[in-house]
Amino acid sequence: MNSASTPFDSALIPEGVKRCSFGWFLVWIGILQVPLMIGAIAYLVCWGLALNQTYLNNNYPFGIWIAADLGIIALGGGAFFTGFLRYVIKIDELKNIVNFAVVVGVICYSAALGILAVDIGQPLRGWHIFWHANVHSMLTEVAFCISCYFTVLLIEYLPLVLENRQIDRVPVFHFFSHRLHEAMPAIAAVGVFLSFFHQGSLGGVPGVLYGRPFAYREGFLVWPWTFFLFILSAMACGPCFTILITRITEGFARKNLVKRNVIDILAKISGWLLAGYLVLKILDTVGWLSWAGQVGAPLGSFYANQPYGYWVLITELGIFGVIPCILLLIKATRQNQNILILACFLNCAGIFMNRWIMTVQSLAVPVMPFDKFFSYHPNWAEWASTLLWVWIGAVVISLSYRYLPIFPQEKELNPL
Amino acid sequence: MSEQHHEAHKHHEGHGTKYKYGMVIDLDKCTGCGACMVACMAENNISFRKDNSDKLLSNYWMRVYKISNGLPFPDTEICYIPRPCMHCEGHGHHHHTPCVSVCPAVATDYDQETGIVSQIYTRCFGCRYCMAACPYHVRVFNWWDPKWPEGMEKYLSPDVSVRMRGVVEKCSFCNHRLQRARNKAYAEERREIHEDEYQTACTQACPAGAITFGDLQNPEHEVHKLKDSPGAFRLLEKLGTNPKVYYVSSRAWVLKAADVYIGEEGKGVTHP
Ligand code: SF4
Ligand code: SF4
Repeated sequence: MNSASTPFDSALIPEGVKRCSFGWFLVWIGILQVPLMIGAIAYLVCWGLALNQTYLNNNYPFGIWIAADLGIIALGGGAFFTGFLRYVIKIDELKNIVNFAVVVGVICYSAALGILAVDIGQPLRGWHIFWHANVHSMLTEVAFCISCYFTVLLIEYLPLVLENRQIDRVPVFHFFSHRLHEAMPAIAAVGVFLSFFHQGSLGGVPGVLYGRPFAYREGFLVWPWTFFLFILSAMACGPCFTILITRITEGFARKNLVKRNVIDILAKISGWLLAGYLVLKILDTVGWLSWAGQVGAPLGSFYANQPYGYWVLITELGIFGVIPCILLLIKATRQNQNILILACFLNCAGIFMNRWIMTVQSLAVPVMPFDKFFSYHPNWAEWASTLLWVWIGAVVISLSYRYLPIFPQEKELNPL
Repeated sequence: MSEQHHEAHKHHEGHGTKYKYGMVIDLDKCTGCGACMVACMAENNISFRKDNSDKLLSNYWMRVYKISNGLPFPDTEICYIPRPCMHCEGHGHHHHTPCVSVCPAVATDYDQETGIVSQIYTRCFGCRYCMAACPYHVRVFNWWDPKWPEGMEKYLSPDVSVRMRGVVEKCSFCNHRLQRARNKAYAEERREIHEDEYQTACTQACPAGAITFGDLQNPEHEVHKLKDSPGAFRLLEKLGTNPKVYYVSSRAWVLKAADVYIGEEGKGVTHP
């Protein structure tokens, strides 16, 4: 989308970088409006005509929305974890990608909250979760921490907006953004703290369901093992998702925006975390199976029904787990850009799949011995409203990339 | 009748009393006629649609399941399992009821005094987490706004609030009947509610007398004895949900098929 001429909106574009013409930009944003409108219609349909417009039912009170919510928040984990590595562990190179990780985080968390708003049956009563809070419910913890962390993310995103060429000219904004930058390590630390809790409590959401042997896990004090596994898996896949979105953005921009060594650091850390996660996840699976056997639910009972056969277990842990882990840990494969993309994709897909399994498959497995198995798949309204956030994300990234200096290395990598 | 028992145990309604209302359902008596389901629908203003055949989308508080021993004719045997809310006491002694402990808005509660798991429709915001927590598929969601056939709204019970779309509902052990019985006792300056004063609609409707309802802790109530009869069991015993609904059957295959979680071996027999 590069263009030789000076774009019409060049006064807003960061100095020393090249962007496509304003016309092309409008065409691109215009194209995105089509799926955006479909998604918006799906929202209106679900809000206006109620949730009978979905394929959810009494056996599947949770569907793609909840799975996507948990998945998106895990993928958005790149924001807090990169912030943690940059500001707390102080890996300086990561300053070149942390801004973008924040942008991706803002999108993911907006998506999570936006999806919850359509998922609940009485959206206008959403505030009951805060007002009548049940401190014993994992969902209460999730709601509080996610809302707080979303605010933190917005505060992290704000200085980026203030750095826009024209806004930055205003002395008060310049000063404010400077101060925010100074406070960033503290803000990031708060974000890390909040993230640990809500990533964990999202794991607790299925983990505490002791009436559902497929989801239930024993654990440490009030926290089921899934609490810890969810934190670790978010840390393992978040950076890979940031890499993936960076590479997609680079593809559209047709230039490199982040140096390879920066991406390599993230990929390597991801690989090690994924390895750690897989070891614990496999131990967890073994422990869970022996517990389930004791309560009368043998392994076969969980995987007896297609489409939830044994392939699920093999795909999640093997194809989407062990394979990307190996690819990320071996230097040669990690540094091959195509293989890296594949590994990041597999890693993210594995964690997303895990969230689907822990929510939707947990409900799919009949618990009463005389209960029937029913299958579920999302309908158009569920797909369109979920994917809406992909298109919103594309718009936010396009705008941020065009008008904000989110890639500090862009100038150096692409001299004019 | 139960005065002495409650005197002895300091059990008084409204004064820190610990009642434990529950049910014993005799599966050998149940004929699967569905009268309990119908009575429940009428009693509790349960909404329905023109075509109510899709059980995954319709509302019901009491549901009768059908199981078979899976043998060919002439050895085929059928058993019907009426399934109300189990009013689970839950893990441990803290009434960590599966659905109650997860509800983020305290829209469902375990009443320590009666053991009844209530549902507050106007507080529920429809997250459906409680439905995921309940292994008995007791909880149903209002996928539609309730719509009554012309004129039928005049026949709705004034004692039970109708539910709006987007909230979860479930069996309340006809809690409004308990309120009614309490009011009557109060008016008559009694603290005790007799066994026959508080009975659920399904119990009274069952023509086979398969359902017995009462205080599981009160030795003078029928359920107290029945729950200890041979062949008595609870669904998913091993999960620790601690239900207050018991089932009784003298047929070995029913015991095996209805609750694999009770014994070490055994395999569920599914619907025919
Ligand atoms: S049967 Fe289900 S709805 Fe009823 S108390 Fe138990 S968990 Fe809750
Ligand atoms: S659906 Fe209603 S009752 Fe159930 S957990 Fe959510 S708010 Fe509570």
